[in-house]
Amino acid sequence: MKELRRIGGGRFTIETHMFGTGEPLLFLHGAGGLLGVDPFLEDLGHNFKVIAPHLPGFGESTGGEHIEDIFDVVLCYHQLLDELGIASAHVMGHSLGGMLAAEFAALDVHRVKKLVLVTPAGFWLDEHPIPDVFAMELPDLAAHLFHDPQSPIAQMFTTVPEDMKVLEDMYVERVKRFTQASKFLWPIPDRGLKKRAWRIQAPTLILMGESDKLIPPVYANEFTSRIKKSSAVTLKEVGHMPMYERPDEFVRTVREFLQG
Amino acid sequence: MKFTWFHLMPYRYLPEDFTTRYRSVWVDIPRDLYDPKVGHRLYNDYLDQLEFADQMGFDGLGVNEHHQNAYGLMPSPNIMGAALARRTRKANLVILGNSIALYNPPVRVAEEFAMLDVLSGGRLVAGFPVGTSMDTNFCYGEVPATLREKYREAHDLILKAWSEKEMFAWNGKFTKLRYVNLWPKPLQQPRPPIWIPGGGSIETWDFCAEFGHQYSFLSYFGYIAAKKVADGYWNVMAKKNKPLNPYAMGFAQAVMVAETDEQAERDYAEHMDYFYNRCLHVYQGFADAPGYRTESTIRAGFLAQVGRAAALRREGLKWKDFIREGYIIAGSPKTVRERLREAMKSLNCGHLMILQQLGSMPPELVRKNTEIFATECMPYLRDLWSDWEDHWSPRPLPEAERAMPAQLNLNFPRATNGNAVHAGNGEARAAAK
Repeated sequence: MKELRRIGGGRFTIETHMFGTGEPLLFLHGAGGLLGVDPFLEDLGHNFKVIAPHLPGFGESTGGEHIEDIFDVVLCYHQLLDELGIASAHVMGHSLGGMLAAEFAALDVHRVKKLVLVTPAGFWLDEHPIPDVFAMELPDLAAHLFHDPQSPIAQMFTTVPEDMKVLEDMYVERVKRFTQASKFLWPIPDRGLKKRAWRIQAPTLILMGESDKLIPPVYANEFTSRIKKSSAVTLKEVGHMPMYERPDEFVRTVREFLQG
Repeated sequence: MKFTWFHLMPYRYLPEDFTTRYRSVWVDIPRDLYDPKVGHRLYNDYLDQLEFADQMGFDGLGVNEHHQNAYGLMPSPNIMGAALARRTRKANLVILGNSIALYNPPVRVAEEFAMLDVLSGGRLVAGFPVGTSMDTNFCYGEVPATLREKYREAHDLILKAWSEKEMFAWNGKFTKLRYVNLWPKPLQQPRPPIWIPGGGSIETWDFCAEFGHQYSFLSYFGYIAAKKVADGYWNVMAKKNKPLNPYAMGFAQAVMVAETDEQAERDYAEHMDYFYNRCLHVYQGFADAPGYRTESTIRAGFLAQVGRAAALRREGLKWKDFIREGYIIAGSPKTVRERLREAMKSLNCGHLMILQQLGSMPPELVRKNTEIFATECMPYLRDLWSDWEDHWSPRPLPEAERAMPAQLNLNFPRATNGNAVHAGNGEARAAAK
């Protein structure tokens, strides 16, 4: 169920997808945004009340101009949960969303029950530089994101529509999303999480992809060494997009952690 | 009409197989392709060429800023401006320009431009480009989402730093300064003329119209493709009830002139090819960071200056095609002056930024190109726009009030080693006491 909710005294309109029943689960998407068809979320809706907002500047969410740094975006999500009347929730974030979810959990320690960080951004290792997604063309991007760049899901990411108008709209939307994402990822995806991660109290699961060429599994250590109650799992035969590449295994792993 | 002799300062020795071996001339070009000994000669050749253009009567000498780029060897054009200030007399120094969002604090640009204006006796044109995506986002790490806002704040700060009579505090979003107190201040008062080099962003037109800055369209596509941009700019000016004064616009055009049309092709074709194919070989991923161009510019359908679309448009073109499509204006003096007049009239443009050194062109050809143009084309084009007043050129000190550099005395006795120099200075100091 999609709704457009005006929050923060009209500063933001948040396109939020909400469905399912159970404990609330806030999902924060990555730099590419929600796809609109996200089966893994629907699946999680069987056990949880899923709340999946689009970051301002993505999709139909507005107010991107009010978001310039980590604090702006975290406060925006706090405000959303406040206005939805959700006092406590599991939080899961993917890639850029993983970085934001970790920041959220560090700043509002008591609201987050459990935290799931899926191939999360937020740290930088000189020995393992994260490739520049902003300078990648689509086929190159697919090769970095997916375990199997020839798989149907990878092909879906890289297929370019033939209709020029559709193509232009798609291009403009991609530019808008990446423009917002660049505020947190450009030119180096590190905005100081290392100074704040120690605050996180929630039990935390780090999910990495064995074949992730964007944020390789070695980055798990950066999170587990700083977050007290954390553990990491590296999923086999997936890259940066485990929830799209192996949705069943992904959902099972997340569900077991959150319900365990 | 006014003529600024513009230099990009390219590296002339990229290997034959450059485009197949490497993905980009810009941003991540391998460092080992640059030989500083060759660079030493190039800088000095290029300054010679600019100085020659001054002697040949061009109104301005143009230089610009690029980073990590093999066709533009000037990370700081101000350094070239300083060198030219001392060795030229008449021509304006058109620094086109400094990407002001990159300098922290931007007051640094206000200071350096003031220095150049004072040093040159008031010959400075101050250019404020946003800067290309390659330069600003990829090489200098500026977040594309905030680049234009940062640029705008830097612009406002620099203008205020030049014009304000008293010291002031600046509480900006990107820059906070307690004491802004420019020392020295520019010789031209209240400030040097400001030219805004643009690559086709439509917001730049409103910006120029709002502040009365000159708009310089710097493109390598030539005058036929530029028509759409020029029309867009003049439409904005007309809507805002600004006079359509041709001197409120500048335009860069590659020009190659020889004795005959055929000779021009023999002289210049290979160097043109080097420029358009090797120098403009820019990886698509660097052409246009997300957020660098605004949605309205993308939707208006203006091509990025570099990258795949620009390369596709040039693909397979030969000398005659480049001429037909207007990328270059080349041929005999008669051909060149006729086409140039037609070009500048069609754009309603008063300031020509003329590119006469292109790609791998060697010094003797540059000299020939420049000399023929200055003697056989420029005088026949000067009358164009003579009924308009140019409000966008510098107002230098009168010649009589200007300081002259002392003549170099090449016979000055030189010390044979460092000790001798020190001893000599010590004796001089002792004698002075």
